[in-house]
Amino acid sequence: MYAQSLNQQVEGTTAPEDAEAAARFQARVDAEERIEPNDWMPAAYRRTLVRQISQHAHSEIVGMLPEGNWITRAPSLRRKAALIAKVQDECGHGMYLYAAAETLGVTREQLVDELLAGKAKYSSIFNYPTLTWADIGAIGWLVDGAAIMNQIPLCRCSFGPYSRAMIRVCKEESFHQRQGYEIMLTLARGTAAQKVMAQDALNRWWWPCLMMFGPPDAQSQHSDASTRWKIKRFSNDALRQKFVDATVPQAHFLGLTLPDPALRFNEATSHWEFGEIDWTEFKQVLAGNGPCNRDRMAARRAAHTSGDWVREAAQAYAAKERARSAAAAGAA
Amino acid sequence: MYTGSITVADTPLLRYVLSRADDALVLGHRLSEWCGHAPVLEEDMALSNMALDLIGQARALYTYAAEVEGAGRDEDAYAYLRDVTSYANLLLVEQPNGDFAQTIVRQLLFSAFIDPYWRALMTSSDPTLAAIAAKAEKESAYHLRHASEWTVRLGDGTPESHERAQQALDTLWPFTGELFTVPAGDRGLIDAGVAVDPETLRAPWRATVARVVERATLTLPADGWMQRGGREGRHSEHLGHLLSDLQYLQRAFPGATW
Ligand SMILES: [Fe+2]
Ligand SMILES: [Fe+2]
Repeated sequence: MYAQSLNQQVEGTTAPEDAEAAARFQARVDAEERIEPNDWMPAAYRRTLVRQISQHAHSEIVGMLPEGNWITRAPSLRRKAALIAKVQDECGHGMYLYAAAETLGVTREQLVDELLAGKAKYSSIFNYPTLTWADIGAIGWLVDGAAIMNQIPLCRCSFGPYSRAMIRVCKEESFHQRQGYEIMLTLARGTAAQKVMAQDALNRWWWPCLMMFGPPDAQSQHSDASTRWKIKRFSNDALRQKFVDATVPQAHFLGLTLPDPALRFNEATSHWEFGEIDWTEFKQVLAGNGPCNRDRMAARRAAHTSGDWVREAAQAYAAKERARSAAAAGAA
Repeated sequence: MYTGSITVADTPLLRYVLSRADDALVLGHRLSEWCGHAPVLEEDMALSNMALDLIGQARALYTYAAEVEGAGRDEDAYAYLRDVTSYANLLLVEQPNGDFAQTIVRQLLFSAFIDPYWRALMTSSDPTLAAIAAKAEKESAYHLRHASEWTVRLGDGTPESHERAQQALDTLWPFTGELFTVPAGDRGLIDAGVAVDPETLRAPWRATVARVVERATLTLPADGWMQRGGREGRHSEHLGHLLSDLQYLQRAFPGATW
């Protein structure tokens, strides 16, 4: 059921590295060539990619939960179908990304086990609750919108399988973003109660979305090597600014107010300047203390554990089938 | 402007179309409950696909119901503003998901019936129903294949999966008799070639199920007492809870557009 690994284990790549190979590798990256799974690569590059791609995959899968929370309560059949399709797309993204990580010598099972053991991270945005239908609009518009800002540059990532996965994923994310915005627009033009619902969702999701771009550049740990390897092409702060600049006019078009009294347009720089982000909240959510961290992990563990017997059955049946066809071949 | 539950005209064709739409919506809703919680990601995808197919079928049928009724309603009015006793789906499709075996066996028992049903309905004298059936049949053929493969895997997998699959089959069997009932209003539609007589599908249904059950090394339950009532709005308690979720926003904010 799960793809086999093509390469050696990550832990196995501790041999002292050949300086010449490293220089050749960097030259290829500098020339914007794509690195493929069986090409030589520095162990740290491989480790960085496994960490980043698997975190990204986990985020897609955990991200199914807050939106899945509204599938059974979607307000029209059209919205219900669109939401199921959207959550299903996120599942597909998780699957392509696990497959991209597997080309680096890990298996989906290992990665999932790390997630369920609480050793792997996923995007902290999914540790916030979806309280009303407007949250489904806000997530599509803002969370998928922020994801696109992060992911468009990854379409040019130096690692071939990751960049190809991102090209496919980005197309779907921009569809999700438009769909989410359309939900917000319908609410903003709806009844007074719907407008209140839309504003409340924006109030709750705005700051956590700004945190999705990660800590300020001054505090970011991984950026230097990732930039040199052309995994990361823009800094956290640059992407965050791009997102704010794109999103503020969209909020204004909806007739909604951003929950930031310090927000102002700087004519000289043509950027929207925004207030101080509460990094304490970010650190707390990352440390497991967000409103839904425990619920999200409990839901993933429950799905996995209550599926143990199903996966075992599928394996047992496949083994019996192999034995039966071997016996049939032997008898022939 | 929607204010409360609607009262639907009581004509045979409308009742017939709504009952088929309700089957598709209720089962699609059940399958969608798995999204994010399935045993493997591949099944999150597959169960969501089937949910989407069924909800799509329901939408086509409710839209046709609106045309038949001619009361200016849309698909959502029928789905969101009818109470439990107005829903006319089979009891089988409203049964809870249970474990994965129960979901799969429920899908097998329903798909083995509905796939040949749609095939037969493709020659309906009602062109709209014939067109809906032609699209739905392609989808139900896949649902039947998927459910059959999993039933075999579970039945012939481990002792635990065998036990669970047998348990699911025994639990759901009493709901299969209702597949073949003909509500009073349907007789005229069957005679006019609009609807299909489900009795003609009993033997093929049984043959399909028996073949899968045998490959799965399971035992076909004996035909004991069969539960019925769904077609007349006499449901299990489960449907009310399903509708409380499904209809919550439309009921809480009457008249709003979403
Ligand atoms: Fe995604
Ligand atoms: Fe998305």
